[in-house]
Amino acid sequence: MTEHLPALQVVLPLFGALLAALVRRPSAAWLVSLAASVAAFAVSAALLAHVLDGGVITYRLGGWDPALGIEYRVDILNAIVLVLVSGIAAVSLPYARLSVAAEIPGDRIAWFYAMYLLALAGLLGIAITNDAFNAFVFLEVSSLSSYALIAMGRARRALVASYQYLIMGTIGATFYVIGVGFLYMMTGTLNLTLIAERIAEVQSIRPILAGIAFILVGISLKLALFPLHAWLPNAYAFAPSVATVFLSATATKVAIYLFVRYVYSVFGASLVWVDLPLTPILLALSIAAIFGAGTVAVFQSNLKRMFAYSSVAQVGYITLGLSLVTVPGVTGGLVHLLNHALIKGAIFMGLGAIVFRTGRIAIDDIAGIGRVMPLTTAAIVLAGLSLVGLPGTAGFVSKWYLVVAALDLGWWWLALLIVLGSMITIAYVGRVVEAAYFRAPAEALAGVREAPLQMLVPTWLLAAATVWFGIDTRLTAGLAERAATMLVGGLR
Amino acid sequence: MTPGTLMLLVLLVPAATALLVPLFDGRPNVREATTLLGAVLLFAAVLGLLPTVLEGGTPSLPAWTVVPGLSIAFSLEPLGMLFATVASGLWIANSVYSIGYMRAEAAPRQTMFYVCFALAIAATMGIALAGNLFTLFLFYELLSFTTWPLVTHRATPEARAAGRLYLMMLFGASTVLFLPAIAWTGIAAGTLDFTPGGILGGTMGAAGLGILLALFVFGAAKAAVMPLHFWLPAAMVAPTPVSALLHAVAVVKAGVFTILKVVVYIFGLETLAATGAGDWLVVVAGITIVLASLIALRQDNLKRRLAYSTVSQLSYVVLGAALFTPLAVLGAALHIAAHAVSKITLFFAAGSVHVGAHVEDVSRMDGLGRKMPWTMGAFSIGALSMIGMPPTAGFLGKWFILVAAMQAGHWFAIGAIVLSTVLNAGYFLPILYRAYARQGEEGKIDRVRESPWPMVTALVATAALTVLLFAWPGVPFELAGMLAGGAALEAGGAGDLVFPAEPPQ
Repeated sequence: MTEHLPALQVVLPLFGALLAALVRRPSAAWLVSLAASVAAFAVSAALLAHVLDGGVITYRLGGWDPALGIEYRVDILNAIVLVLVSGIAAVSLPYARLSVAAEIPGDRIAWFYAMYLLALAGLLGIAITNDAFNAFVFLEVSSLSSYALIAMGRARRALVASYQYLIMGTIGATFYVIGVGFLYMMTGTLNLTLIAERIAEVQSIRPILAGIAFILVGISLKLALFPLHAWLPNAYAFAPSVATVFLSATATKVAIYLFVRYVYSVFGASLVWVDLPLTPILLALSIAAIFGAGTVAVFQSNLKRMFAYSSVAQVGYITLGLSLVTVPGVTGGLVHLLNHALIKGAIFMGLGAIVFRTGRIAIDDIAGIGRVMPLTTAAIVLAGLSLVGLPGTAGFVSKWYLVVAALDLGWWWLALLIVLGSMITIAYVGRVVEAAYFRAPAEALAGVREAPLQMLVPTWLLAAATVWFGIDTRLTAGLAERAATMLVGGLR
Repeated sequence: MTPGTLMLLVLLVPAATALLVPLFDGRPNVREATTLLGAVLLFAAVLGLLPTVLEGGTPSLPAWTVVPGLSIAFSLEPLGMLFATVASGLWIANSVYSIGYMRAEAAPRQTMFYVCFALAIAATMGIALAGNLFTLFLFYELLSFTTWPLVTHRATPEARAAGRLYLMMLFGASTVLFLPAIAWTGIAAGTLDFTPGGILGGTMGAAGLGILLALFVFGAAKAAVMPLHFWLPAAMVAPTPVSALLHAVAVVKAGVFTILKVVVYIFGLETLAATGAGDWLVVVAGITIVLASLIALRQDNLKRRLAYSTVSQLSYVVLGAALFTPLAVLGAALHIAAHAVSKITLFFAAGSVHVGAHVEDVSRMDGLGRKMPWTMGAFSIGALSMIGMPPTAGFLGKWFILVAAMQAGHWFAIGAIVLSTVLNAGYFLPILYRAYARQGEEGKIDRVRESPWPMVTALVATAALTVLLFAWPGVPFELAGMLAGGAALEAGGAGDLVFPAEPPQ
């Protein structure tokens, strides 16, 4: 049984999706989803435990040789990502029941859960596979189901947002698969480990560089790297609350994982970091994201859009760390990947609870919400402070690693830019706090009660995690540092 | 109880108070009793630690490592002891005062007020007990965020704007300047622990030390060193108890405490004195002292005048730190305590004038001396202390800083102190003149009453403390001497210390 864990990781949610679609009854579909996600989480936790004691796990689907068949491979880097994705999926489901029932028409609820599990299966598949083309397939599985999830949003603009995402996502996937084609042409394999081995021996470098460029641009679209982020704000703003929670915490993170995998484990140091000077390019785009998207976030009145733009800015912090090619830098990027997922999960859950109770999301409509929904608002504020990087919260740990990494390189200007970015974050988080607590309750809030316990508990679980991981960082920074050491140390 | 347990209590009692207060939302008397009880317990726990520290011990708690090189650690040295004693002791007086003030004002959302207040005190205790730079920074930021709701408590557009300025300036400076300074220190010295004699000696050149010191001094914007002082006058929009304890004691003292602590325990007096890397600080502090006094002279709003007086007085502490001699450090530490009791008295009196006479402006204070004898009497004592006249506490710190400046032959510092003393007299004495020598407006003055008794009790108590601290400066003097002596001892200059044989009686 244990040796088949890697396959189960994907198969469980995949069959769950099928089952959820078949049972059709909302409550049964929900129960199936909950069981499948919790099981997937248990599997990923077991995989992480294996990796922590025993190194790398490889699994050949159907027993085929990696050169021909598909191989799954779990090391410390993707084990963390698997735990994150399945964990968020599992925590979101208890929250989902009421929210989905309120936002999705009854006859489509089972579809929603089916799509949710399909997206989960796709994301876990991207993270676990060691095959370039298989990753493309899972990328499409997760993307197509995400389009469907977003399109189920109540507002008609959800359809436009979903369509926009579909166009951009398809372009990204196409770029990716073209790049994979180039690599296959030059190396004769789709297995990432084998590509990494053979790529160094390839004589003509030009097709390889073209392939790398296609792949990186394709993935950058999926991870919403500035300026390829245009699809994200509307998609997050108009999707059903639960879809926003799940996608914001996982989808871009898995794309970032794939990016890291390619630039650190597959392409090799000289190709990406020397021939194609990725550091200055990625650094410039990251800084543009932090300041550009961050500034736009400050002026949003729709809170979901505000924090969607914030996600683009925060992805900038992650890619900034990854672009430094040092252990502290990569650790900072990876730890922020985890921390940001928890933070945004908590914030979007809180916002979803507000939507559930009030049906509103504009900042002026929910002025004074801190007095009518104190627990929900406090969770949002707590996660928001973590986003700002208040010491004692998870966000600070990320910021600390990034600042130290910049100073280690002697790049004091970069350290200054990193901390200046926090000023933008405090500007929009401060706007929310001010509206929530320091203004009289809006008329629309008359009679509004605190969110139900089913929504509060998961929200607070994530909010508490954003504080906990600011104090005990063994599971976040500790593991991220191990992964970073492996990635940077393994560069050839 | 062991010192460790007491330290835990010091950290937990105010936090527990903040948790308990909302449970009594509907019962104001129980709620306020909870706050008072918390304050008294906290003060008792702090006092319990005093003997250990006076015997030369530095009690500490086990450290918790957040990430390698970054740990949460608590350890109590003389300066922290002094700060904790002052802040926790004055919390009692302030709680008594708050009861009178908030009820007389019929202020809304009083539960939130008391919760945030207790949290701010918890953060202040964390700052006082911090054993390394990271821990100090953690509680420093916490203090900014817990006092933000207090600044905006009136929830008017003006209050919200002041709150924005407050948060952006304090948080901005600490994040953009202080945080990189911590990281730089950690990379250069390999540790962030507060160590007698400092940790930066020999790690970098004079230019590096100078820049790093600037990052720390301006990063701790709570010290309101110009030009990062704007937040303080704006924060006067808060209810008076907030201005009194936080913006005269806890918050601003956290700023100068941080600067003093960094100078003594991170840089080391000897390192700074030898390299001359921090000589610019005397100039900046001197300019702040004089300029803020000049601005105070022109303020008609009483609380704003007091706020600019605070800006000026805080830089006395910075000036004391910037002379880099043990005697000046002693003066700076004493001035933290002296200014605390005096300025809280002044703010208490200002709030009392607001409640009893509905007067906020100096120009409308004519004749109040006879109608509000307790309030104006206390105000007079506080004012004399600000000018630095014996027999008030304000004399002490100023005297030692002045003597230290003379020993160093630092004419700029001496000039700044003397000039500001004249200016202090210039903006405080006219208030006393108006209150006592002029007649109030017919009809209006008759309706003036002395404020409710909790307020009067509190302000008389702190005024008495201001005088008592001059007569018996024993404990603060000893703690300040330990700080200065300890620093000098580590720096190897203990033999040359020039202390007066006895504290002035």
